[in-house]
Amino acid sequence: MSKFKSKKDNALPAVNTASLPDIVFMLLFFFMVVTVMREDTLMIENRLPLADQVEKLEKKYPISYIYAGKPARGYEKYGEEARLQLNDKFADISDIQAFINAERAAIAREELVDYLTVSLKVDKEANMGIVGDIKQELRKANALKINYSVGTGSALDN
Amino acid sequence: MAKRSAPEVNAGSMADIAFLLLIFFLVTTTIPKDSGISRKLPPMEPPNDDEVVIKQKNIFTVLLNNKDQLLVEDELMELKDLRKAAIEFLDNGGDGSCNYCNGAKNPKSSDNPDKAIISLKNERETSYSAYISVQNELVAAYNDLRNKRALQIGPQRGFRDMTFVQMEENYKDPKFNGNKEKLKELIDQIRNEYPEKLSEVQ
Repeated sequence: MSKFKSKKDNALPAVNTASLPDIVFMLLFFFMVVTVMREDTLMIENRLPLADQVEKLEKKYPISYIYAGKPARGYEKYGEEARLQLNDKFADISDIQAFINAERAAIAREELVDYLTVSLKVDKEANMGIVGDIKQELRKANALKINYSVGTGSALDN
Repeated sequence: MAKRSAPEVNAGSMADIAFLLLIFFLVTTTIPKDSGISRKLPPMEPPNDDEVVIKQKNIFTVLLNNKDQLLVEDELMELKDLRKAAIEFLDNGGDGSCNYCNGAKNPKSSDNPDKAIISLKNERETSYSAYISVQNELVAAYNDLRNKRALQIGPQRGFRDMTFVQMEENYKDPKFNGNKEKLKELIDQIRNEYPEKLSEVQ
């Protein structure tokens, strides 16, 4: 009988983990490619309202972002009212025209300047006063294409 | 001298390093979701512009007051009923010049989808979320009408079972393998039949 006894004992062989690094690297590269670092550090609360009739904002045209909302935690000294944020700092309504002009100047290809879309990322708790003021300033700056940025969901839940 | 081969580097910890990086990117990833409701603001009007007279029956006034209450044509309305009311107004076709409208042809309501204007007013204290909800419902009213129209005339042009929203998506999609020129024509036609005339008054 001992003739047929296997040379090894019957314990399960260890799973070969040699390809584990490859798998992990694959995932890693995927996430590295899709990751977009946030451009602006938000100093305001920014929970977008929901809507379901949304259009995708096309990346091939230049987009500028205007944020508005109540100052976030850590910035309470700026008050309770909804405020405007341009780039990385709080701004006044009167700064919008200069901001739009700077954004226009930053567009590398001249033919795209007229296609500048302004994406309004406004907190859902904000009221329309500030939004109306922003829109008025944008009209003065002749930046007429706007996009109310929203999350996808049923608008009746807002 | 004896040639000594270089010792092999131990790659056992490579997986750990890769995991570390992977977890970092997993945590920092925010898939950007840039979508929203596109609007075009009216240009600043020249100071002495001639007043354009618009018949009162062609204007659908929607007022959102400081308590987020909805006042449509001077009557209080729930948000969920707004879409239907807007569709009835737009699709009315009161003067009979609109041969594709399915509305009630009520002479007291709008003449033609081309003339019908929705005027959205808000107050400074109106909340932004309520405003977006109302905007959304009004856009939905236009989209519903356009979708219906697209399903009606699409098959004759070779675009079967495609709503207007799908047509627009297909038009933007580089992988779409239909006739894009014909699709563009159709989209423009439907857009002209139900033009989005939504004015935001301050």
